[in-house]
Amino acid sequence: MTRPDLSALTASIRRPGTTALIYLALAAVVLVSGVAVALEGKNLFATANLVDMFTRTSLTGFLAIGMTLVILCRSLDLSVGYTAALSSLVAATTMDGQVANLPLAIGAVLLVSGLIGAANGAIVAFLRVNPFIATLGTGLIIKGYLDTRYKGPAGDVPEAFRAFGYSRIGPVPVSTLVMLALAVAAIWFLRSSRTGHHMYAVGGDVDIARMSGIRTDRVLLTAHVLCGMCAGVAGLLLAARFGTGSAESYTNLYELDAIAAVVLGGTLLLGGRGGVAGTVAGVMILAVLDSVFNVLQIDPFAKDVLRGAVIIAAVALYARRQLDRTARRPRFPTAAAGRTR
Amino acid sequence: MTAPPVLDMHGIDKAFLGVPVLTSVDLRIERGEVHALVGENGAGKSTLMKILAGVHTADAGAIELGGRAVSFTHPLQAQQAGVATVFQEFNLLPELTVAENIHLGREPRTWHGVDRRAMAARTAKLLDDLGVEGLAPTAKVGSLSVAHQQITEIAKALSQGADLICMDEPTAALADAEVELLYRLVRRLRDRGVAVLYVSHRLREIFDLCDRITVLKDGKHVTTVDTADITPDELVTAMVGRRIESVFPERLQGTETGEVRLRVEGGGNAWIDAIDLEVRAGEIVGLAGLQGSGRTEIAEAVFGIAPFTRGTLSVDGTPMRITGPRKAIRAGLALVTEDRKAEGLALRQSVRANARMILDANPRVRSRRRLGRIPGLLSSLDLVSRGEDQEVQFLSGGNQQKVVVAKWLAAEPGVIVLDEPTRGIDVGAKHKLYSVIRQLAAEGLAVLLIASELIEVIGLADRIVVLHDGRIAGELPAGATEQEVMAYATGRRGAEAEPS
Repeated sequence: MTRPDLSALTASIRRPGTTALIYLALAAVVLVSGVAVALEGKNLFATANLVDMFTRTSLTGFLAIGMTLVILCRSLDLSVGYTAALSSLVAATTMDGQVANLPLAIGAVLLVSGLIGAANGAIVAFLRVNPFIATLGTGLIIKGYLDTRYKGPAGDVPEAFRAFGYSRIGPVPVSTLVMLALAVAAIWFLRSSRTGHHMYAVGGDVDIARMSGIRTDRVLLTAHVLCGMCAGVAGLLLAARFGTGSAESYTNLYELDAIAAVVLGGTLLLGGRGGVAGTVAGVMILAVLDSVFNVLQIDPFAKDVLRGAVIIAAVALYARRQLDRTARRPRFPTAAAGRTR
Repeated sequence: MTAPPVLDMHGIDKAFLGVPVLTSVDLRIERGEVHALVGENGAGKSTLMKILAGVHTADAGAIELGGRAVSFTHPLQAQQAGVATVFQEFNLLPELTVAENIHLGREPRTWHGVDRRAMAARTAKLLDDLGVEGLAPTAKVGSLSVAHQQITEIAKALSQGADLICMDEPTAALADAEVELLYRLVRRLRDRGVAVLYVSHRLREIFDLCDRITVLKDGKHVTTVDTADITPDELVTAMVGRRIESVFPERLQGTETGEVRLRVEGGGNAWIDAIDLEVRAGEIVGLAGLQGSGRTEIAEAVFGIAPFTRGTLSVDGTPMRITGPRKAIRAGLALVTEDRKAEGLALRQSVRANARMILDANPRVRSRRRLGRIPGLLSSLDLVSRGEDQEVQFLSGGNQQKVVVAKWLAAEPGVIVLDEPTRGIDVGAKHKLYSVIRQLAAEGLAVLLIASELIEVIGLADRIVVLHDGRIAGELPAGATEQEVMAYATGRRGAEAEPS
């Protein structure tokens, strides 16, 4: 079929996609940051700085990949930070210092985090509770459990598993490679599996999706389960880094970083448009900025102000593009086109 | 031996809130037939089609598809039974491609996932069979013209195995060249044995395209005829031909037509064009036209919601650029919108809060005196409520509308535009509003009245301006007949008479 392929090609040349745009933005951020750091007489691309940058991407990356799936379905998950904290405890206590317990621990983490995701999905899909409220609620429930049950660090992670937190190949940490592999899998899932493909339909218009015979509840549930499991993987990474399970890690509000990365990556908060490729770029932009702020020793207040400004500016830009697109087509082209006064 | 008809609906009844919309309606469509369903606004065409699509369920009557009795409680059931409906609002996802939309929920797969190549190939073949050119299966639907979106919707229906495709005003949003494309497509469908139910107001299309015509009037089946056996004039007579009941109040004594209060010259925007309009003090001008002819668009343009981008507008002789409702209100304009619940009222707020809303929101028109008039206004409108603290959501439709009218009259406008002021309200409230409208004119307001019910426009207006396709097709004096109005509204007569 040459005809359709050709026109698809011309279409993509005519207008750069959002994903292409976000990678251009990432390149620009890297370039500007490199120059800014160089002006200070330092090298952004020194090994230590590169390692710092990549290390920052993995944790947010895991969370943001899962978050992309739920946001594409026009849902949200505010509980991922708590799920990750709980997962780190499940991992560390199950491992209990024994390498032999590793498979069991990983399985337990995926089970627990998947169940939390399933609970979120069921509340959203079947009880029709607004996802913001639903996942805020489950998050608080987990928080309450963590606060009363674990006063401090618990469990012990064997050295072999800590390698997941620290070892690297060249300047790239293993955890980042795992995150990228997961991203590739998610990209395939969204593009080629039916369920993944249907997530765009569910987020685009749930009624149209249902009218087309899609079991929308299941799609939503699947997205939430996968999001929960991604948070579980993030919890494994937390455990590997700290060497123990840490309830306190939820105080870092990782879920907000993840949402910011997803939105920065061009996924519409209203669902139906976007993807994991953009999210990875969003994660990297945030990591580069953090790294640069670190290298330049910018004061933490200004740092948050800059991050906030970047996120708002990006979303405002997407909103503009969206407006242009809808404005291009009048409701009744008959009166506008073809007839002149 | 004749095959059973594709569709046989008989004795269909439907009422909304006790008001009958369809009474014992029959509709029979043969295989491979293009069947027109016509009638005035409010005749029940849309309701009948929605019953067929499974959106509404009939109160009584039977539906047979290909001789098999069916009953739909959900749109999906209708779809699976082979009835597809192409509404004016398309059921397509703008972010997906043509092929993805057509195959949504039924994507072909290979061992490694969704088979986009097969999807595109099938779509290309489908479009090829339909004789469609220049529509790429991999194009995003959101970037397509309305015509191509419509084709996508029709192709989707076909690929789901539809035997009957219902089209609701399919040409309403199409340019002339695109209409030709649709004609070809419909004929191609007919040749493939697919039946088409074609709902339209446009007589020319009906006579060009359809084999038979079913006429509805006031929710009842009037006749079903072969297109060859009826003339356009006879068809219009069948659609209207109703006596005007003398329910409309007489023009009040002492009402004088004064200076021009609202004047539009050459007004136009993306939806309407070449609008010349004058409304004088004490005058009620009716805007008539079919759905989508641009009536509401004129109201929105005058009020600055979707302003005129061409031409001039003046209020009381002063040229104005009204770029938004706030400016319109300051200029002394008022607009009672079509959709009371979405645009007219804050449903969870009290009668008082709603009635004060325009004054409270606009310091320039707000005054102690005007605020003080509100209780009197409400009682002069015969508002029935449990006091000014009652939330308006608990009022009847008629009383809600009285609150809307009161909130606008509180600002003492010079020009009031009423868009479907009597929609969904009971007879008593309707009559009250009719006399209120007369009263307003007597007080020297300029009234622009939009109504789908032709008898309302004819019964109330001093002059009737008829729209067709976003333009003024003609103007008629008070006392015009429904036939005359319909002749302009359907495009059979008018400045822009279509070439034949």
